[in-house]
Amino acid sequence: MTAEKMAMAKALNSSLRKALESDPKVLVMGEDVGKLGGVFRITDGLQKDFGEERVIDTPLAESGIIGTAIGLALRGYRPIAEIQFDGFVFPGYDQIVTQLAKMHARSLGKVKLPVVVRIPFGGGIGAVEHHSESPEALFAHVAGLKIVAPGNPSDAYWMLQQAIECDDPVIFFEPKARYWDKGEVDAAGIPGPLHAAKVVRPGTDLTLVAYGPTVKTALAAAVAAEEDGVSLEVIDLRSVSPIDFDTLQRSVEKTGRLVVAHEAPVFFGAGAEVAARITERCFYHLQAPVLRVGGFHAPYPPARLEEEYLPGLDRVLDSVDRALAY
Amino acid sequence: MTVERTAPRGKPRRAATKKTTTAAARRRPPRPEMVQLLTPEGERVEHPDYALETTPEQLRGLYRDMVLTRRFDAEATALQRQGELGLWPSLLGQEAAQIGSGRALRDDDYVFPTYREHGVAWCRGVDPTLLLGMFRGVNHGGWDPTTNNFHLYTIVIGSQALHATGYAMGVAKDGADVAVVAYFGDGASSQGDVAEAFTFAAVYNAPVVFFCQNNQWAISEPTERQTRVPLYQRAAGYGFPGVRVDGNDVLAVLAVTRAAAEHVRTGQGPMLVEAFTYRMGAHTTSDDPTRYRRKEELEVWEGKDPILRLRRCLERESAADEAFFADLERESDVMARRVREAIRTMPDPDGMAMFEHTYADGHALVDEERAQYAAYVASFADHEHGHEGV
Ligand SMILES: Cc1ncc(C[n+]2csc(CCOP(=O)(O)OP(=O)(O)O)c2C)c(N)n1
Repeated sequence: MTAEKMAMAKALNSSLRKALESDPKVLVMGEDVGKLGGVFRITDGLQKDFGEERVIDTPLAESGIIGTAIGLALRGYRPIAEIQFDGFVFPGYDQIVTQLAKMHARSLGKVKLPVVVRIPFGGGIGAVEHHSESPEALFAHVAGLKIVAPGNPSDAYWMLQQAIECDDPVIFFEPKARYWDKGEVDAAGIPGPLHAAKVVRPGTDLTLVAYGPTVKTALAAAVAAEEDGVSLEVIDLRSVSPIDFDTLQRSVEKTGRLVVAHEAPVFFGAGAEVAARITERCFYHLQAPVLRVGGFHAPYPPARLEEEYLPGLDRVLDSVDRALAY
Repeated sequence: MTVERTAPRGKPRRAATKKTTTAAARRRPPRPEMVQLLTPEGERVEHPDYALETTPEQLRGLYRDMVLTRRFDAEATALQRQGELGLWPSLLGQEAAQIGSGRALRDDDYVFPTYREHGVAWCRGVDPTLLLGMFRGVNHGGWDPTTNNFHLYTIVIGSQALHATGYAMGVAKDGADVAVVAYFGDGASSQGDVAEAFTFAAVYNAPVVFFCQNNQWAISEPTERQTRVPLYQRAAGYGFPGVRVDGNDVLAVLAVTRAAAEHVRTGQGPMLVEAFTYRMGAHTTSDDPTRYRRKEELEVWEGKDPILRLRRCLERESAADEAFFADLERESDVMARRVREAIRTMPDPDGMAMFEHTYADGHALVDEERAQYAAYVASFADHEHGHEGV
């Protein structure tokens, strides 16, 4: 079978469809996921084909969605809960942090909670407040959760399958600004491990790490840098918890420089964790401090300012320049 | 379970109970009492608990409010289509619920809206152009809520019900006699925050009116997806009164909200008003109701249009002449023009605005990032300047 070119939204839809087909215990639940197909149409057509018992329109209550997903999982189901937008996960945050993350440990391993929480995240779509946030660090700080974010349609397809198959709760961050970007998806292929980072563009001068929506920016930065004679190695982190430090280490040992880019605020973000660990592991290989580029310590701004806030091409390249200047 | 026990042996359960408990019948809440003072034909009707005296001038005033609000809303929708606004949540069809309740309040009452309360904002005296900033993407609200006692729009569903309750608890502590009104939708009634607001308001006897605009839909989900009892009946379980009012009847909404505000002001604890109305447009300009809503449903509700209804009443009672309607038309045009101009001349914020107002007392990290960002921006300016020089 050959690979098919499709948008990330379609890849996610196909992935959900495949999961619903292959395991009768898989459920899709959330606000507007039925007839509407979700506000981003990721669940388009699923209720029509799998019925209201498998693709469940829930009341408008995030704590309710996560809490009942936990209950359904306890009963042997594999719920995939959709949160409509990043900023709306917080009414359900209590259930995620105090229950979903901890029940396995609390039961000394007796209880498994194969729950996937899908959250469209990130900015750049000109939306109003609470529709553009990157709260992954708030989840990564909590033990018991696994956190991933695909950066292209193929990963979206496969990583969602793997998240659904995983017996641990997975927070699945979908880069909403990339929903409409197309890429090859080989549904017959064999995916790599869910939590492995990927070198998406080899290079020699500096390692640029990104995940989710920022991968595209990082690749664009690599193209731009090449014009200036600078070779960037771009790594798609893919998984924020756990983080594949081995892949990062190998790269940094080669390039000697590391820049981490993400949309979330830099302060206490995923980049801070990467910087600290890589400094520890690669201290003698580093020719510059690990630099981070991302959101500011400010509320996500109104749409007309988001380009200033987001780590776009220029700000990423600026960090690259600064790292190369050491 | 009852179904199982009563089903005759050997007979399929479904068939035995089909008549009384089809899924649809189980989901549909019983038809409740609804306060109405004006029929869809514009005829006045009496209600034993909600008498309302009105002068022709008041009727005209309510009509004007609704017409201008609808015009403003239509203008904003058009501006969104023209790319001037990122998004617009239209209130089309909900004018009576908003104007009736908004006009029932005193200046010193305090309102906590959602993101769709453009008509209430109008009644509070908020300049309509202020409402557009957040939908254009230049700010997250941008008005001072204390100027008109109209709080900022709240997008996270249900949150403001608790803020209203807390505010009302403060009012009670202060011994003031103002009413606090929390607006929210039928979908919001499912949120824990709304349930918790009901609990707090009840146990602290807080002077808050919970004003639920049941516009039948929460994006694509009908009210049946949120509740199995008529929403106003929820109040009983918390120990305070609830009433359903015809939300397309501006007079009934006015009378009921006035009574509710008086009820809470006089220390009798919270009250829930469910305005039974309809969202005639899409949920927002990014929504596509054809995916989930039947055309016939919309047509039924168009027959109950709140503005048309009051117009019929005005005509029936000879409370307005042609000149009034013509003047109002002109006034609407003027307002629409003003809104268009305001939006097209609304300045984009400066990039440095990102660093403002994160903290009231400042924060070292923000100062550092602001300085870094300023240097970064300046580096471009230097660069460009340098090029000019070459
Ligand atoms: C906590 C939260 N979850 C989801 C959303 C996305 N959302 C915005 S409006 C809406 C439906 C609201 O319905 P309702 O409360 O009935 O009010 P209406 O918009 O119909 O006036 C949803 C699900 C949100 N804003 N906040």
